Amino acid sequence: MSARALAGPDLVVIGAGPAGMAAAAEAAARGLKVVVVDEQAEPGGQIYRAVERVARERADDLALLGEDYAHGAEVARAFRASAADYEAEATVWQVTAEGEVAFSARGRSRLLKAPSLVIATGAMERPVPIPGWTLPGVLTVGGAQVLLKAAGVVPEGPTVIAGSGPLLFLVAAQLVRAGAALAAVLETAPAANYARAALRLPRALLAPGTIAKGAGLMREVRRAGVRIVRFASNLGAVEGRNGAVEAVEYGPAGRRRRIACETLLLHEGVVPNVHLTRSMGLAHGWDPMQRCWRPALDPWGNTARDRVLVAGDGGGIVGAGAAEAMGRLAALEAARRLGRLSENERDAAAAGHRREFARHLRPRPFLDALYLPAETVRVPRDDATIVCRCEEVSAGEIRAMVAMGCLGPNQTKAFTRCGMGPCQGRLCALTVAEVIAAARGVPVPEVGVYRVRPPIKPLLLGELASLDEG
Amino acid sequence: MFRRLRAPGAGGATVTLFVEDQPVVARAGDPVAAAVLAAGLGSTRTTPVSGAMRGPYCMMGVCFDCLMEIDGVPNRQSCMVSVTEGMRVRRQRGAREVGP
Repeated sequence: MSARALAGPDLVVIGAGPAGMAAAAEAAARGLKVVVVDEQAEPGGQIYRAVERVARERADDLALLGEDYAHGAEVARAFRASAADYEAEATVWQVTAEGEVAFSARGRSRLLKAPSLVIATGAMERPVPIPGWTLPGVLTVGGAQVLLKAAGVVPEGPTVIAGSGPLLFLVAAQLVRAGAALAAVLETAPAANYARAALRLPRALLAPGTIAKGAGLMREVRRAGVRIVRFASNLGAVEGRNGAVEAVEYGPAGRRRRIACETLLLHEGVVPNVHLTRSMGLAHGWDPMQRCWRPALDPWGNTARDRVLVAGDGGGIVGAGAAEAMGRLAALEAARRLGRLSENERDAAAAGHRREFARHLRPRPFLDALYLPAETVRVPRDDATIVCRCEEVSAGEIRAMVAMGCLGPNQTKAFTRCGMGPCQGRLCALTVAEVIAAARGVPVPEVGVYRVRPPIKPLLLGELASLDEG
Repeated sequence: MFRRLRAPGAGGATVTLFVEDQPVVARAGDPVAAAVLAAGLGSTRTTPVSGAMRGPYCMMGVCFDCLMEIDGVPNRQSCMVSVTEGMRVRRQRGAREVGP
């Protein structure tokens, strides 16, 4: 297909997770010509990763992953059944000021231009900068879950899960069901979080499913005989003689505990994956409850840029169910903007999705309060702890730069290369900002954030040149 | 270390790839990083800065710690590439070399 053949859609959707799939199916049902561009080989995003293949080929894995994951197969089926075009294994590397979407697929780059754009780039896990987090054998909890979903691969040998957030006990339970040797779950949520969360529990109980499900997962893991440690602090991964992780340590100095493990899985919640929206220069605001940046959006997902919308976790963490509703709302708004729906028609079609969105959001303030990462987790105390995994820049180096007068991440980047490696600051942006803010004694928004420049994913010169071949 | 819950051939097609020249059987559709971990390779690259060993961390394309040389192309995100028949995969050692 040439760039010319691809021209002419009404709507481009970036990302095929719950928000992107729902937006595409809804827009196509309203008569819009839709193209979905997604980096993976299959639809589903991370939450429903490989769900079609698992449903088709691996019934046992589908059962142990649970009903929420299996729901993804329904969303994917509706997306496949829609008239939306789907570009898989297509990596978006730039969205221009004119709204052109540049992407690479199978070694060639192409440009897509449409009058409206829905960005559904989802979430990523918050960095967990502890000593030793770069050792082989240390992965994120979400990473381990991707291995289970995408390939039916699980850790072998003693495994420890550490951190906080709803994903912690879900993956712990899934790994227990899969027969993995889970040695312990270390919960890092500080005691103060429980008091704050308790105030928000009544509202969360208006959607009792979420809380009951979480409690059920904890029970399941405990009954399997897995050791659960609450209020674990000062985590550190210990390097073994083979250069990989051999243990995790925790607890205050002088009373350190140690658990041997071959795999250590870390998690401190998820944050919006704002790399693309940042690179487009869209306005973002600091979310003090979730300690992350999110693009500024109206209730339909409109950004400040005309006909550019954001749906799903990329606009602020809402979870898969709400993301699906948000995708539909964005699609309806895009249809209205294109003159395919009147305002009244849009509102009538949106009412049910709005209720669904609100229902999914009820437990969110409780979850945000309970799982707000402790400051000791966000700001590494040990100067030697690596903050930027790519360029191997430590927390101490960042603090030294602040002492020399650096006020924000773009200055520390220029002096230390922090954030200048292949991940382009995806993994260190939040930590660097938190470290600088703590060292300066100012709020995070005051220190600013990395400027992100395209291409936002590595691109071969040949791929760039292929744009010219039409 | 990591293991497969069941043989790659159970319920689907298989492909054979070569990891550091050793044949490895994987399930069609597996991300390269998953096939490599299941084959017992704990570390997928060494860093350009200190030469430290790294392995897959995020498995979703944001951390770039699973970079490998795949079919002769260096610095590919092995968590984002699916296995193919006859694919040749090597550890990424430090920075990539710029060819003539």
